[in-house]
Amino acid sequence: MLPEFDLLMPRTLAEALQWLSEDGPNITPLAGGTDLIPDMRAGSHRPRVMMDISRLDELRGIRVEDGYLVVGAAVTIAELLDDLLVHQHASVLRQAAAVMANPLVRNRATVGGNLVNASPAADTATPLLALAGEVELVSQQGSRQMALEGFFTSPGGTVRRPDELLSSVRCPLPPSSAKGVYRKLALRKAGAVSVVSVAAVLSHDGGGQCDGARIALGAVAPTPIRAHAAEAALCGQSLTSDSIAVAARLAAEATCCIDDVRASAAYRSRVTEVLTRRALDQAANG
Amino acid sequence: MEAKVVSFTVNGRGHVVALAPNLTLLRALRDLGYTDIKNGCEKGDCGACAVLLDGKAVNSCLVLAWQAEGAQIVTDAGLGTMDVPHPIQEAFADSGAVQCGYCTPGMIISAKALLDRNLDPTDEEICEAMAGNLCRCTGYTQVVEAVHMAAQKMQEASDDTRR
Repeated sequence: MLPEFDLLMPRTLAEALQWLSEDGPNITPLAGGTDLIPDMRAGSHRPRVMMDISRLDELRGIRVEDGYLVVGAAVTIAELLDDLLVHQHASVLRQAAAVMANPLVRNRATVGGNLVNASPAADTATPLLALAGEVELVSQQGSRQMALEGFFTSPGGTVRRPDELLSSVRCPLPPSSAKGVYRKLALRKAGAVSVVSVAAVLSHDGGGQCDGARIALGAVAPTPIRAHAAEAALCGQSLTSDSIAVAARLAAEATCCIDDVRASAAYRSRVTEVLTRRALDQAANG
Repeated sequence: MEAKVVSFTVNGRGHVVALAPNLTLLRALRDLGYTDIKNGCEKGDCGACAVLLDGKAVNSCLVLAWQAEGAQIVTDAGLGTMDVPHPIQEAFADSGAVQCGYCTPGMIISAKALLDRNLDPTDEEICEAMAGNLCRCTGYTQVVEAVHMAAQKMQEASDDTRR
């Protein structure tokens, strides 16, 4: 049995924000519940009040707007997989969605929930970082847009205030030459948490020189991170096996791994280099 | 913690019930007598509790019952009967995909969700669609065979209707 809690079912976003402004610290927003419900059963989360936000229309839908791909926070992982705009503009996010959890979980789990849950291994976090994603946080005070890179603070921690909701995440539409690759190593093929995940998005000018590189790493630091030194090492360079090997080594150096039930820190660091090299190679050479 | 009145339809039958907010759909459905839904891990790893919720296969242990307000729910037992089994149920029996049977209702729900979208799946597509359903008895070879067999039966049936 789950611990007891009170229940709020707002019909509109305005109503949800009203409740959050009055009693935010006691309210846990619930969308897909695929992380929250097991956490509650395990006793690691005991909300006083749960607020169902999964049916708020304002948090749903995927659209292109002002040069951005906008994904509502309550969009499910399964919806990402079926969406043509995601397919066209955010292939790296689609690749990650395809290997997240399992199909039963993907029908419930939401993008917003995956981000707010703030696991260092969150499967949507690394691709969205590699797409230069920005999150929108809304409250009765208004809304603020911030880079996803500044959103995570610790395992399970974000900068979201208790009176705020994550309403959407958006990514600038990438140039037509951009190619994204998601690579994940886990202990089995399905339903597994990443030991290491890498998302890379590369773009190049007509002459084969890299003119844009973003590399994000998961499960190798207290939060999902960008590998800035590795990115800088590629920009303006030809994408050769040598330049890629240098970048992959720099990516491994950006990590701050720990030993845990899934792998040792040393193994994670080594795998980061290998996965980054493979991801970059695939993004550069198809 | 106030009880909440929830209404939903299970296998075509309407229910209006007062439920505690912390009751999962899994427990609510079993309490209502739908015991073909099995409680395996209660954390979304095993798929034994899978149901179709408005046509989508989900783990009922990860849904709070009140989140199913207004929903159409289908369990394995809602797909067919002993006398008139669904082609998927028949195929699971015929191909020996059932040993202890605990995972079977969930497996059949995932297979139904797959075949509703794709009547000619590859081995890989079947394995991917069933990735949330664990069998602890034997393995998955006969399960994959069963889904192929069911796909063929369902294709033939839909060809017959068209003719």
